[in-house]
Amino acid sequence: MYNPGSGQRFVILSIFTAVVIIFMIRLFYIQVVNETYSVSATNNVLRYITDYPARGMIYDRNGKILAYNQAVYDLMVIPKQVKDLDTAEFCRLLDMPIASFIEKMNKARTFSRMKACIFEKQISAKTFATFQEKLYKFQGFFVQPRTLRKYPNNTAAHVLGYIGEVNDALIAKKPYYRQGDYIGISGIEQSYEQELRGRRGVRIIMVDVFNREKGSYKEGIYDTIAIAGKNLVATLDADLQAYGEQLLQNKIGSLVAIEPATGEILAMISSPSYDPNLLVGRVRSKNYSQLLKDPLKPLFNRAMQAYYPPGSTFKLTNALVALQEGIITPGTIYPHSFVVGSKSVKCHPHPSIALEGAIQYSCNPYFCNTFRSFIDNKKFGSSENGYRLWREYQMSFGIGIKIGVDMPHELKGLIPSVEFYDKIYGRGRWKASTIYSLGIGQGELGINPMQMANILCIIANKGYFYTPHVIKKIDGKPNTSRNLDTKHFSKVDKQYFDIIQDGMQKVVEAGTARIARFDTVIICGKTGTAQNPHGKDHSLFVAFAPRENPKLLLL
Amino acid sequence: MRKQKSIFENIDWVLVGLYMILVLMGWINIYAAVYNEEHKNIFDMTQSYGRQMLWIGTSLLIGLSILVIEGKFYAAFSYPIYLTVIFILLVVLVIARDVQGARSWIEIGSFKLQPSEFAKFATNMAVAKYLSSLGIRMEDFKTKITVGLIILLPMTLVLLQNDTGSALVFFAFIFVLYREGLSQNVLIFGFFAGVLFILALMVPNTILLGIIGSLGLIAYLLMRKTRKNLLVIFMITVLSSGVVFSVDYAFNKLLQPHQRERIEVLLGKRSDPKGAGYNVNQSLIAIGSGGLTGKGFLQGTQTKYDFVPEQSTDFIFCTVGEEWGFVGTSVVILLFLGLLYRIIFIAERQRSQYTRIYAYGVASILFFHLMINVGMAIGLAPVIGIPLPFFSYGGSSLWGFTVLLFVLIKLDSYRIYILR
Repeated sequence: MYNPGSGQRFVILSIFTAVVIIFMIRLFYIQVVNETYSVSATNNVLRYITDYPARGMIYDRNGKILAYNQAVYDLMVIPKQVKDLDTAEFCRLLDMPIASFIEKMNKARTFSRMKACIFEKQISAKTFATFQEKLYKFQGFFVQPRTLRKYPNNTAAHVLGYIGEVNDALIAKKPYYRQGDYIGISGIEQSYEQELRGRRGVRIIMVDVFNREKGSYKEGIYDTIAIAGKNLVATLDADLQAYGEQLLQNKIGSLVAIEPATGEILAMISSPSYDPNLLVGRVRSKNYSQLLKDPLKPLFNRAMQAYYPPGSTFKLTNALVALQEGIITPGTIYPHSFVVGSKSVKCHPHPSIALEGAIQYSCNPYFCNTFRSFIDNKKFGSSENGYRLWREYQMSFGIGIKIGVDMPHELKGLIPSVEFYDKIYGRGRWKASTIYSLGIGQGELGINPMQMANILCIIANKGYFYTPHVIKKIDGKPNTSRNLDTKHFSKVDKQYFDIIQDGMQKVVEAGTARIARFDTVIICGKTGTAQNPHGKDHSLFVAFAPRENPKLLLL
Repeated sequence: MRKQKSIFENIDWVLVGLYMILVLMGWINIYAAVYNEEHKNIFDMTQSYGRQMLWIGTSLLIGLSILVIEGKFYAAFSYPIYLTVIFILLVVLVIARDVQGARSWIEIGSFKLQPSEFAKFATNMAVAKYLSSLGIRMEDFKTKITVGLIILLPMTLVLLQNDTGSALVFFAFIFVLYREGLSQNVLIFGFFAGVLFILALMVPNTILLGIIGSLGLIAYLLMRKTRKNLLVIFMITVLSSGVVFSVDYAFNKLLQPHQRERIEVLLGKRSDPKGAGYNVNQSLIAIGSGGLTGKGFLQGTQTKYDFVPEQSTDFIFCTVGEEWGFVGTSVVILLFLGLLYRIIFIAERQRSQYTRIYAYGVASILFFHLMINVGMAIGLAPVIGIPLPFFSYGGSSLWGFTVLLFVLIKLDSYRIYILR
């Protein structure tokens, strides 16, 4: 049959078909080939909400809380949803000047009109309580709970340290951290950051076009649960710490108390100190710069970060080393003076004495002589060899090395090497008489109070020490994170320590530290005074008690 | 002439089946597009999907009623129906309230109707009636003018209602006229005018005019210089230049700012994914993120969470794309193509010229809706708010398309009783 319209029909059907084919090619491209749309859809709908775990708490050895978390509230705002706001009342409740309200609002608007951002950080629970009642009036605002570190006893600032928000440099170095995270910056907060911080959780939620929450993504199979930080038990005794801080008030100095039998640090005080709560929350940056500017350097932990010449206390190790090598015996008597060229080292008037008495009276000439006998001894071949051996011995007492205290910023101290003296005096052109002041703990020696306390531990333990530490238990289990139960032996044998302890007992009973004497407890002690080229002499007293089974060691 | 034994006698079940499939798919996708956790029941009357079920039910009743009515009625009453609709369009202009800038709704209580959806159907009847009248030849100038007026009158009224999208649909009748004998040059000229329009927006006028001039010159040099050829070359060159010159004016003066922006976004002259380009951008994201097989029923986040605007009406295709992927979109488009083929097939088996013209009208209208609606969702057409037939939420459009299609089904079932 002839159909006059067949040509037209063909054209029309061709047009229909062509359009459909073009559509299908286009659909195939955007749906199957091009993947950017899937990414955009994901970005549209998914929000990654971080769940911040509670930071672990820190207790002292008796269960007193040293650090805990206080609930604070970040006030969030979604500018677009803010309607009919009574600005005056809002500002009054938050105690905020109108000008700063306007500024914050503008900042939030520039960030995004639709997305929530922090309007005011860390509102205290108290402010929040009154504010919350009126929150329903302020459309577009909501609060997000966060936690803030609190140090209820106001003590042990240097031991506990503080936390702060991470900066960009830190984020670049440690990829775990994100903007807004907190990290321990010093003290226990820093050294036990791993244990304290816990693990951040992430919830993935879906939101609609107005950013309203629409439930979890895929029933939460990609969510991770936040794991709270571990609680720590410190070795500190909060009362002792507070007492020590009181003693050192208005003085510059430090005090360390260690239990020799375990290496546990009972107190570590550096004075002047500060209130650890000053470096928390909103007031942190202001207070920090003030503390930093303080000429007395309250942020400086003198117990770990300061070098002091050990002074007379050093005579003890000096004697031990000489005893071990048989340079002296407890009965050795040296002349009552030590003469080098035109200089001579003299002593307090006292009878001619052997080692025990020399310790009791802190006899300088005696120990200079001991030092010289050691260094220049023929059996080592040269002063250089003698000194090298001597230094090795000293280092086995934890001098000039990091002893591994579980706190950040430990200084290793200074005990010059052979090369150091070669450089100054020339090779082979120095001997004991050049550097004799080392024998009495002066000269090029530097040692921090923690190390000094540790030396005393070795003496109290007669030959070994446990690494001093501030954390006893992690999450209820003994702290095994830092090899704390290993005995570190010095190179001096046990039998040589008795005579030293005898001398130290005499120091307290009848020597330079009679003031420290108690009738009920046998105390072994040693004073020290080291000349300070920068000003007044450093003075020092170290002690442990009771002599048998020592419990406490003070520096 | 004998009566039909049953109203279902000679019904084209393929057409009915395709209609039912599309309507049901539409309903399911509306449910997914605006799915609300608190109202999970698809029959919930407070939600769009519950109401759509109501529209579907009433549509089926309307379809049934159309089948009950005598087949001769439609041809006979074409003009009265046409005039009634024209009258209603005029009334709407007077009484309608502004709804999103358009004045196209009649409200009777809480019941709302959009007469422009029925104007297409009525116009189609009138065109069919006129062209099938005795002694009417498409080649006649008078015929062209008359049929042009029949189409332009409702188109103008709809345009005055500020419903540009629905007005543009009337251009679909160009296919009907072409089938009935309008010169193919009109189609070709329309096509080139469109291309020129786009080029004029993309390329500076001077360059474009230069190209047109040189093409004319080349044609002049290559072709035999008969009088007729010269005239054609001259006419084409002048007309093209005219189009180029008028584009600037039309674009800047006749179009409304938001329409200009949408066209600029489409042509890539403007990138504004938060403003004028927001709809298209989100629509593309929705469809594109569906992948090969989609995210699954009710899993479409782009549509369910309102990122795509108008997701149950003009952008319903996004839900198909997002939840059913390329497989789903292909199935829907191919179903439509099948429907169009079937209608053309039906048209060509008619002895009645009226029914044939009417069928071509149905196919053209459906095709135009498909092209613009899907084209807009996938960023190939400017954003023009017209529904996807049988899919989009809305009583008026579903009723309108049902009437359009079921009249065709009825007319077709009558084909053996009609001699011409």
